[in-house]
Amino acid sequence: MYFDSFSDFIAMGGHGLYVWLAYGIALAVVSFNLISPILRKKQFMAEYQRRLKRERRLAERKSGEAGK
Amino acid sequence: MVHSKQSQPADDLSLTHVFWITLRRDLMLAYRRRNDLISPLMFFLMVATLFPLGVSPDPQFLSEVAAGVVWVAALLATLLSMDSLFQSDYDDGSLEQMLLSPQPLALLVFAKICAHWMISGLPLTLMAPLLGVMLFLPEQGMSALVISLLLGTPTLSLVGAIGAGLTVGLRKGGVLISLLVLPLYIPVLIFGTGTVQAASIGLPVGGYLAIMGAILALGVVLAPLAVAAGLRISVSN
Amino acid sequence: MAKTWKMPTWFYRLGSPRWSFEIMGKLLPWFAAATALLMVTGVIWGLAFAPADYQQGNSFRIIYIHVPSALLAQSCYMLMAVAGAISLIWKMKVADMVAKSCAPIGATLALLALATGAIWGKPTWGTWWVWDARLTAMLILLFLYIGVYTLHSAIEDEVTAGKAGAVLSLVGIVNIPIIKYSVEWWNTLHQASTFTVTERPKMEPEMWMPLLVMVVGFYCFFTVVLILRTRAEILEREKRAGWVKELVEAR
Repeated sequence: MYFDSFSDFIAMGGHGLYVWLAYGIALAVVSFNLISPILRKKQFMAEYQRRLKRERRLAERKSGEAGK
Repeated sequence: MVHSKQSQPADDLSLTHVFWITLRRDLMLAYRRRNDLISPLMFFLMVATLFPLGVSPDPQFLSEVAAGVVWVAALLATLLSMDSLFQSDYDDGSLEQMLLSPQPLALLVFAKICAHWMISGLPLTLMAPLLGVMLFLPEQGMSALVISLLLGTPTLSLVGAIGAGLTVGLRKGGVLISLLVLPLYIPVLIFGTGTVQAASIGLPVGGYLAIMGAILALGVVLAPLAVAAGLRISVSN
Repeated sequence: MAKTWKMPTWFYRLGSPRWSFEIMGKLLPWFAAATALLMVTGVIWGLAFAPADYQQGNSFRIIYIHVPSALLAQSCYMLMAVAGAISLIWKMKVADMVAKSCAPIGATLALLALATGAIWGKPTWGTWWVWDARLTAMLILLFLYIGVYTLHSAIEDEVTAGKAGAVLSLVGIVNIPIIKYSVEWWNTLHQASTFTVTERPKMEPEMWMPLLVMVVGFYCFFTVVLILRTRAEILEREKRAGWVKELVEAR
């Protein structure tokens, strides 16, 4: 380990703000890039399933009426 | 008696209610096309970048022109976005509906302009410090930059709307709006940059801000009337 | 008549959205594991174990984010242009979807490179921003990305949007060397910076080894994100296909 203690690690010899800000932004960018497509796929699946349910219900109603 | 927003009969609509409905509608429509909202901001950034590239990146030079460059860039970005104020409403016929409605057109127009400012002028104002940093604007001038833009961009939207109202439906709308409106923008530009430059060298800015506030107040009262008149003219064509 | 050089079978197979979807799904866990391993190792190594720079001190550690993101931002644009070219020449839908997915990823990476470059500059050279050749070129690259992305979202029809985006990114690819050259020439003309913020200092192995790990890790990360985005895009565009229906019903 390059640093002597954890507080030294956080302080980064006075440059702590810059280093952690940079790594923080990197984390945000990485997270955004991972979360955005995953969410998109989830939304797509949810919407598609809702549509399938609706179509199934419509089909049942139609076949029910036809049978009467 | 329970009043829900949907169940109110049309003649019961108060002016403030009409204002909020129109404002909300425009904001919702803008939200549906969120990707378009970055365009004025990116244009803002690109125009500001052109100056160091085209003239000189020398920090000394840039810090002197930073106020003017940011203001000109904000002005141009606002001008570019004015086209979209009435265009989509004109295309789908809702503009004509607004013209025919019993509510005062000036009020509807004012709500639309407010929405437009919230999605263009306000983000520009918030992004301005970033450009200030890139153009080495002196630290003392930063808050003046934001405040002057905060007072100035609504005026730009209001005055720009006059141009938009006069040119709705015309094919060469974009450039035409610029020609109509740029001369009107010049006072706002002068006082806006004056504020920032005064602050940068430590002078008080109260006077400048008062003038900008007065111009804004004048604009709020008169511009919607002018826009409404312009709309009636251009849509009747 | 489309140009058709003889390409290997797997190339044509990729033209099927369903096949691409499935093969990408199979590759995803491997790349995800590699990404996690490399990035975590790289970050810990770079932050805690690598030595600080003699002149720059600990702010030097920002290099472990800045250099990989800058490299990726440039590679991503190349990929976007190549994928666009493939979609134009071979009329391959999947290539079009890959190109569309590249734009937002590349833009965020360019932003990251710029932000970390600026943050690195502050303790090292005293200002948050410097108009040096590298950073300015990266800024222009960001503008190019934003242009492609905006064009994609402005055109309603996906096929037309894809074609337009492909043409724009190809124009950009030709322009990039020209832009780079002119920006460097501009830089020397103005003698604005007798330094570059992002000049790579002489590095010992203890310094560049974690950098290598991070670069490879970032490439793996990019692959993961590209796969995720492209698969989502495939599902949306092919939602009328039978295999998509089966996939959703299987959930």
